[in-house]
Amino acid sequence: MKTREILFGLAAALLLALVLSPFASPWPDGLEKVAADKGFLQKGEGKPVLPAPLSDYTWPGIKSVRLSTRIAGVMGTLTVFMIAWGAAALLKGKRDSERHVTLPFGHRE
Amino acid sequence: MHIPDGFLAARVWAPLWVVGAGGIWLSLKRVGRALGEKTVPLMGVMAAFIFAAQMLNFPVAGGTSGHLLGGVLAAVLLGPWAGAVIISIVLAVQCLLFQDGGITALGANIVNMALIGSGFSYAIYALARSALRLSVKRRLDPIMVAVAVASWCSVVLASAACAIELALSGTSPLRVALPAMVSVHALIGIGEAIITCLVISFVLRVRPDLVYGDEKRQA
Repeated sequence: MKTREILFGLAAALLLALVLSPFASPWPDGLEKVAADKGFLQKGEGKPVLPAPLSDYTWPGIKSVRLSTRIAGVMGTLTVFMIAWGAAALLKGKRDSERHVTLPFGHRE
Repeated sequence: MHIPDGFLAARVWAPLWVVGAGGIWLSLKRVGRALGEKTVPLMGVMAAFIFAAQMLNFPVAGGTSGHLLGGVLAAVLLGPWAGAVIISIVLAVQCLLFQDGGITALGANIVNMALIGSGFSYAIYALARSALRLSVKRRLDPIMVAVAVASWCSVVLASAACAIELALSGTSPLRVALPAMVSVHALIGIGEAIITCLVISFVLRVRPDLVYGDEKRQA
């Protein structure tokens, strides 16, 4: 992938998070809806086992709900981008160092 | 479909953590073998795109919303193993940073959406694509039909797995949870199929070589 294409893909993702995320449907998702209809929603409403810093996709300390969602979305998008790229780069690096000795002549990726 | 803490009993979520972790370990091993120069950054881009798209709930009938799962999207472009890894990363970040899905249920969510919704659903895609290629009449692109079928199945199968887990936990009996979950997600799955087809057809137009395992188009 060329740098231009990587930037294009990342920009598209960031744009979704920045521009569209505040306008997502506030309706319950499939599981929540079923839980409400079938009367077990309250089971999931206790204290979370491990509290998360940006719960419900909000950035703390920002009054505007929309802005808060936008910032949380952008930070999350960048976080998964870096983790997934980093994991792939690590795996490839590990593989390449293992293969280094055993590769036949002329082998190219 | 992100299960929160409290829906699943420990006798259900604990073993699913083990299955989820085992699935990720196996996937990471297989991804490591197959990674090429172009796929490393694509893993990052794909994960970023799926995370962002998962924030965008679209309304479906009856006051319910759904969002892209992205399992088939990731698997068609990067393969089933990378797809499972990408969805697992997205789920882990959603759980740890955003409280979307409980930490106890993370294993179950990974099994449902990453292993079934991405890895296994890739097999449906591959099977459908081969079957369609063999058929004589080909008015529709076999890739796009296979993508649509597999995307829909991925959401419905994940929801069925979720219903089974709820039933095993004693949260809701199977005869109640299964039809309810599957019928809602049969609708959400249509959205999944539409979005996945749109993105894949865009990629096929601009970078057809990025579609995984498609030697014909790569040549």
